[in-house]
Amino acid sequence: MHFSIQNILFLLVAVAGFGLFAWQARKIRANILVGRDRDMSGHVNERLWKTLLVAFGQQKMFKRLTPAFLHLIVYVGFIVINIEVIEIMVDGLFGTHRFLQFLGPLYSALTGTNEVLGALVVLAVVVFWWRRNVGVVRRFTGPELRAWPKLDANVILYVEVVLMVALFTMNAADLKLHQLEGKDLPGAFPVSSLLTGLFPDNLTALAVLERVGWWAHIVGILLFLNYLPSSKHFHIIMAFPNVFYSRLVPQGQFSNVESITHEVKAMMDPSYQVPAPATNPDGSAAAPTPFGAKDVDDLAWTNLLSAYSCTECGRCTSVCPANLTGKLLSPRKIIMDTRDRVEEKYNSPLIFHPSLYGPEAKHNPQEQLDKENHTLLRGYVTPEELWACTTCNACVEACPVNINPLESIVEMRRFLVLEESAAPNSLNVMFSNIENNGAPWAFSPSDRFNWADDLFVAEK
Amino acid sequence: MAEQTAKRPVSVPLMADLAARGESPEILFWVGCAGAFDDRYKRVTRAFVRILEHVGVSYAVLGMEESCTGDPAKRAGNEFLFQMQAMTNIATLNGYGIKKVVTACPHCFNTIKNEYPALGGEFEVIHHSTFLQQLINEGKVTAKGGESFKGRRITFHDSCYLGRANNIYEAPREVLEVLDADLLEMKRCKTNGLCCGAGGAQMWKEPEPGKKDVNIERTEEALATLDGDADVLLNLQGVESTAPVLPAGSNRGGSVIAVACPFCMTMMADGVKNKEREQDVQVFDLAELIASAEGLNA
Ligand code: SF4
Ligand code: SF4
Repeated sequence: MHFSIQNILFLLVAVAGFGLFAWQARKIRANILVGRDRDMSGHVNERLWKTLLVAFGQQKMFKRLTPAFLHLIVYVGFIVINIEVIEIMVDGLFGTHRFLQFLGPLYSALTGTNEVLGALVVLAVVVFWWRRNVGVVRRFTGPELRAWPKLDANVILYVEVVLMVALFTMNAADLKLHQLEGKDLPGAFPVSSLLTGLFPDNLTALAVLERVGWWAHIVGILLFLNYLPSSKHFHIIMAFPNVFYSRLVPQGQFSNVESITHEVKAMMDPSYQVPAPATNPDGSAAAPTPFGAKDVDDLAWTNLLSAYSCTECGRCTSVCPANLTGKLLSPRKIIMDTRDRVEEKYNSPLIFHPSLYGPEAKHNPQEQLDKENHTLLRGYVTPEELWACTTCNACVEACPVNINPLESIVEMRRFLVLEESAAPNSLNVMFSNIENNGAPWAFSPSDRFNWADDLFVAEK
Repeated sequence: MAEQTAKRPVSVPLMADLAARGESPEILFWVGCAGAFDDRYKRVTRAFVRILEHVGVSYAVLGMEESCTGDPAKRAGNEFLFQMQAMTNIATLNGYGIKKVVTACPHCFNTIKNEYPALGGEFEVIHHSTFLQQLINEGKVTAKGGESFKGRRITFHDSCYLGRANNIYEAPREVLEVLDADLLEMKRCKTNGLCCGAGGAQMWKEPEPGKKDVNIERTEEALATLDGDADVLLNLQGVESTAPVLPAGSNRGGSVIAVACPFCMTMMADGVKNKEREQDVQVFDLAELIASAEGLNA
């Protein structure tokens, strides 16, 4: 162990890196909490089990085998390589070298696996890049994937390659250094040992290269950490809480709006006691909450959490019957809009600010919006999109991180109908039929039993 | 071959009459608006009643006391209207002390099963596909003695509100398996099934502008499967089928798109008509297929 200026420098870099991340995380937490309260307590075991299967186990990814396999490599690679990060942190802070080597054979297994996974990650990244940019996968196109989302998706691929190159530079230089000095480097390096030939025979140059690799790797990781909150890659963290807090009820079950339950009960039974309206902490009456959702703060906090978990993979949109048949609706866009809007209206803690890359392209150009109407509904999502939804749940089923775009769609429909009376006219006709005839069609209730006339059954 | 059969008139028992006599039926058959008013789906309602009569289960219907569950209002966002309907229906059902509800409509099924409990309506709700499956398992329905389906092709269209919404995938398939037909699975089926395009109150409005209507897309897929020119043909066991490619129209009168939902029925039937394939492809509900196979039509 020998302390040097390097250790102090590393300490500063690490504190800055983690501090900045904590600052961003706090802002995002605040953004999520502007959503309406929803009680998600209880069912902890069931939720943990689901998190284990869907988030850790990638269960829903395996609906599509090729991307599942590639993703699995990057995912496992990421986890295993992070064990190495622990070592790097300790080495950096205390001036140790390959601190974990005391693990002996286990250390060899660890470094060996690391190297193999590192190489596989590079391969996977190449295939990912090709799938995304050569246009072989339709779901990676679409109007909501304009400048920033497209760049964002590639940035991570480039960063991964840089991190891997740094890792191999560090290992190969260290290995060759030890070889030339006639010493044994603890650990196993199946990939780096193939690369040593590319490295110079000069001891100083090797020592410098080892340090460059080391610093590039850790600084790269800290930069990556701070890039996450600006990116769809935030899902590597947010997928876990999002799956944990996902719905446990049947997909077909929509929430029953409680305030309406009180109203209807009071209408049907005049003696029914409607609970007192909510009050502010100072005792004044709280502003009534609107029915449904007009803006992001009318959605539940879980919907906002979801917006931060979306990987923009487009699996939802690729199975949406409305989108498939050329309608404007894209469930992915609804989720992306939600995130953009919450950052526009509340905190935008991001370092790589997406607006620099023009998210305005997604806004609806047909509707000129004043400030009042510049909300999630109409400002980002148009009624035409919302009315195209068949509530089929295909998007919900498809989402690998258990996001439910349908919930937001229904909440916005509720706002259109209950607050603005802005349903398409034919739906208003259906509503009044139900009200007057007890059926969505204009039939007389007295004909409801006519089907039973002249009914016979064959008997042997 | 069917033996000598006789016609027996059916007088469908009304809940109000039973209650007046102090009787309570084993099940309440919830007919639904489509089942009561849609000309095509009325035939399904009648087929299901024939099956109920045939197996001798004690049942009743609400008749004019039934009202829309409120499903289309709720999916369209009209929560107020939905709850008015729901509470009225719950009051009726609770008033008769009903415990078990069977319905042929996945939308009614989903609403009563999942959304009524929070409003005070706790019932055991069964979709008719599950109910038919139980009758088959109990040996009460054998699908023998009526129309034969041997050598005919059937493909099942999953209803979103039965499948993804409530995880019922096997029951309708097990029902079809007693028909001794060639069952073919569409490429998009079960959890990956494609909507017929009518859910979420789409049934009552024109579709938004696009390239195509959803029901046409789905019908094309069903027809490709029945004609044998889909990418892969699987039977319901997931084994690759050897069904040969059939030119459109050559399968005259034989092929069936099976559905278990009134909206799917309308959408698929419209699609078949749009493709001018009514001559060789028919759309039937599970209850109709079973009633025919059991020889109950009179
Ligand atoms: S629920 Fe709506 S948004 Fe989701 S896939 Fe179905 S139609 Fe599309
Ligand atoms: S909502 Fe889910 S399925 Fe859709 S793009 Fe986001 S992560 Fe993918």
